[in-house]
Amino acid sequence: MADTDEILLSIRGLKIEGRSEEVWSEIVHGVDLDLHRGEVLGLIGESGAGKSTIGLAAMGFTRDGCRISGGTVTFDGIELTRSSVRTRRALRGKRIAYVAQSAAASFNPAHRLIDQCTESAVHHHVMSRSEAEHDAIDLFRRIQLPDPEDIGFRYPHQVSGGQLQRAMTAMAMSCRPDLIIFDEPTTALDVTTQIEVLAAIRDAVEQFGTAAIYITHDLAVVAQMADRILVLLKGDPVEEADTRTMLAEPQEEYTKSLWAVRSFKRPEKPLAPPEETPVVSVDHVTAAYGTLTVLHDVSFDIHRGRTVAVVGESGSGKSTAARCITGLLPPTEGTILFNGEELAADYRKRSWDHLRQIQMIYQMADTALNPKQRIRDIVGRPIEFYLGLKGKKKEERIRALLDQIELEPDDFIDRLPAELSGGQKQRIGIARALAAEPEFIICDEVTSALDQLVAEGILKLLAKLQDDFNLAYMFITHDLATVKAIADEVVVMKEGKVVEAGPKSEMFRPPHHAYTDLLLSSVPEMDPDWLDNLLKEREEAGVKIESAGN
Amino acid sequence: MQLILKMILQRLGLGLFTLFVVSVIIFSAVELLPGDLAQEILGQSATPETVAAFRHELGLDKPAIVRYMEWLGGAATGDFGKSLANGREIAELIGTRLANTLLLAAYAAVIAIPLAVGLGLLAALYRNTWFDRSINIFTLSSISFPEFFVAYILILWLSVHAGVFPSIANINESTPLWDRLIRMFLPALTLTLVVTAHMMRMTRAAIINLLAAPYIEMARLKGLPPRVVILKHALPNALAPIINVIALNMAYLITGVVVVEVVFVYPGLGQLLVDSVSKRDITVVQACCLIFAVVYILFNLIADVLSIATNPRLLHKK
Repeated sequence: MADTDEILLSIRGLKIEGRSEEVWSEIVHGVDLDLHRGEVLGLIGESGAGKSTIGLAAMGFTRDGCRISGGTVTFDGIELTRSSVRTRRALRGKRIAYVAQSAAASFNPAHRLIDQCTESAVHHHVMSRSEAEHDAIDLFRRIQLPDPEDIGFRYPHQVSGGQLQRAMTAMAMSCRPDLIIFDEPTTALDVTTQIEVLAAIRDAVEQFGTAAIYITHDLAVVAQMADRILVLLKGDPVEEADTRTMLAEPQEEYTKSLWAVRSFKRPEKPLAPPEETPVVSVDHVTAAYGTLTVLHDVSFDIHRGRTVAVVGESGSGKSTAARCITGLLPPTEGTILFNGEELAADYRKRSWDHLRQIQMIYQMADTALNPKQRIRDIVGRPIEFYLGLKGKKKEERIRALLDQIELEPDDFIDRLPAELSGGQKQRIGIARALAAEPEFIICDEVTSALDQLVAEGILKLLAKLQDDFNLAYMFITHDLATVKAIADEVVVMKEGKVVEAGPKSEMFRPPHHAYTDLLLSSVPEMDPDWLDNLLKEREEAGVKIESAGN
Repeated sequence: MQLILKMILQRLGLGLFTLFVVSVIIFSAVELLPGDLAQEILGQSATPETVAAFRHELGLDKPAIVRYMEWLGGAATGDFGKSLANGREIAELIGTRLANTLLLAAYAAVIAIPLAVGLGLLAALYRNTWFDRSINIFTLSSISFPEFFVAYILILWLSVHAGVFPSIANINESTPLWDRLIRMFLPALTLTLVVTAHMMRMTRAAIINLLAAPYIEMARLKGLPPRVVILKHALPNALAPIINVIALNMAYLITGVVVVEVVFVYPGLGQLLVDSVSKRDITVVQACCLIFAVVYILFNLIADVLSIATNPRLLHKK
C-alpha cells in the first residue's frame, strides 16, 4: 500500500520509437503514469503491448534499436530523458533496480552469485565489499533461500531457476532502491516455484517500503502483487484503476476480453468403454538418458476422440514420455501399443504407416517451421511424403488444410513463416501435423508461448479438429488452466512417475493426491487475497503436520 | 580439479596420437621424394660400390619400417641423428636455432597479444565509430600484404630512412640481451603486424557477440559504465574463442617465421629449414617438421585446457 502521497515516478506523454530495417516507427504512443512511494503498479498486456519498453524507460533506458522520442520521465524530481548519461547511470542499480524475466540468462555465468549481488552496492559506494557481502547473506536469508550463508558462493548454473529468481530480487534490493522494475519475474517458472518467488518478492517490497512496477501478462499474478493496475494494448494505455476495482468491474471492452479468456471450457467426454482398444497405450515404460533414468514404469492409455492432458513441472518426464511414443527415445523397458499392436521402440524400425499415424505439434512454432520454406512447402511436404499426392491434387489438399485451420489459402499459401504472427505459425504447425492424416497427435506445450487470447483460439481450433476427425490428443502442459479448458482425462506426473490419473472432473474435485493438490492450489486465482490465504493455509497445514508428527 | 586433470590427460593422449600420425606422414613424405639420398649426396660420378657402402653407413639399406622405428625412437629421446650435409648432431644444430626462434616468437607475442586484445576491447567499446573503423582498416591492411613486403617496408622506413633499427638481425650467443632486443625489433614488429589483425578481430567479434545477452543488459542496468561492463561481464565469457585464436597465432609465430627469418637473416629454425631443404639435408628437415608439429599440438592443448579452466560451468559441476 502507498505509504505517503509523495509521487516518486511520473511519466508524461511517453513516446518510444523502435527501428526495424532503418525505419523508425512508434511503438509506445504517449503513456502517462504516476507512482507513489511504496506503491506497486501492475503493468499488464499481451506481447507487443510495450510493457517492458515502458518499464525500462522508467530507468531512462532503452534497448538497442529503440529511442525515447517524446514525453518526460521524472524520477524524484530528476527528468531522466534530458539528464546526462552520468546522472542516469548514478541512479541505476542504486535508486532504481531491475529484475529480469529469466534469471538464468540474466545472471552472468562467469561470476559467483555473491559477486553479482554485491556489485551495485560496491560500485555505487553504498557499502564496502565485506559489508555488502554480509548484507547479501542477510537478504538471502530474508528471501528464504536455502543455505543463505553458502548459496552466494555458487555459480548461477549450480542453483535452480526459482532460487536464481529470488537471488535476483536480493540483488535488486542490495542498494535498498526506491523503485524496482519487475519484468515478468515468474513467467519462466513452474506454478509451485512461482508461489515461493511471488511471496518472496512481496515480502521484500513490503519490508523495505520499495515502490515497484510489476510487469506481467498474467492477470492472476498481478492481482496478488499490485495496488493498482494499468492495462496496455499495442503501446496505448487502455484503462487504469485500483486492483480490486479493476478486477471487479473492468470498464473497457479489451480489459473485459482479457478477463474472460479463462472462460473457455469444452465439456468433458465420457470415458471410452473398457472393451475399446486405445489408440495409444503406454505400457509400463521405463526410459533413461544414458545412466539417468527419467521415466519409471509409466502407463496410460489414450482413446479415440479423447484428449489426455499430461501435466507436471519441468523435469517431470512429460516430454520424455512423448519422445518414447514417437520412437525418438527407445524405452529401456516396456512397450508402446498402437491400436493394440506393438510399435518398434526405435522410429527407424517403424512402418511408414505407423510413422504417419503419430504426429507432433511443438511448443515453439518459431523454431519448428523452416524459415526458408513457404507455407506451400511446409504443409505440402507431408502430403507428398505420406500420401503420395502431387501437382494439382496436392495443391487442393494444402488449400483444404488451410481452410480447416481458418487461414485464407490465397492469402497465406505463398508466405514465409517470418510473415506470420505467433498464433498463425502455430496454426501452420497444426496443419502440418494434420496433413499426414494421423489418428493421434502429440501437442507439446503448444499454447505456452502464446498470449492468452491467441492461445484460446488455438485451443478452440484443436477442439474443433478433434470433433471433425475423431483425433486422439496427448496434450503436454504445465498450465492447469489449459487442462481445465480442453482435457477429458488427466495424467499427473512427478519425477518420472505417474502420480495420479483419471477423468478431468475427478481430478479437479478433492480429495487429491498430495502432489496434485499442491499443483492445483498453486495456480494463481483472480482474487487479490488468494496468495495471502494460500500462504496462511499452507502454514497452518504445515504446523498441523508437524504437531501430528509430535 | 580432478576433472581438469583427467581432461588434460585425455587431451595429452590425443595429442600424442596426433603426433604419431604426423610423424608417419613426415616420414612417408620424405620417403616418397624421388631419387636416392646417397646418390644425391655423392654425386653422379660415384661408383655403385661407394654408393652402396654409403647407403649402408646411413642405414638406407634397411626396410623403411625399421628405419621409421629407429628414427621415432631416437626422436623420442631427443636424438634426431646426424645431419647429412655436415655430419653434425642434429639435436645440437637445432638447439640454439630453436631457442632463437622461441625468443623471437616470445618477443613478438609480448607485443602482439596485449596489443591485439587491447585494441579488440577498445574496438568493441567504441564499436562503429571512426576509431573502430580505422583500427580495422589498419590491421586488415597489414595482414593483407605478404610478410616479406611488410618486412621490406619496415626496413625501408625504420632502417634505411630513419636508421633507428638494424635491417639485419644477426645475433649469436655472445650478443647481450639489450642488443638482441634492438636487433630483433624489426622481425618482431613484422610478425606483430601479421598476427594482430586476426586476434584483434576475434576479440572484438567475441565481445560484441555477447553484448545482446540479458546479463549484459543487467550489468548496464546496475549503472556500470561501458568499460566495466565489457571488461568484467563480457570478457570472461568471451575468453574461450579468444584463447583459441591466440594459441593458433602463437603456433604460427613459431612455425610461420620462415620468410621473416630469411628476410632478416635471423639464425632461427625457419632459416635452418630453408637451408636444409636446398641442401637436401633430409634428416634435418624431418626433425624441424616434427618440432613444428609438437609446437602446434602443444599450443592447441594449452588453449583447450585454458578454455575449460576459464569456464565455471565445466570447472564447477552441479
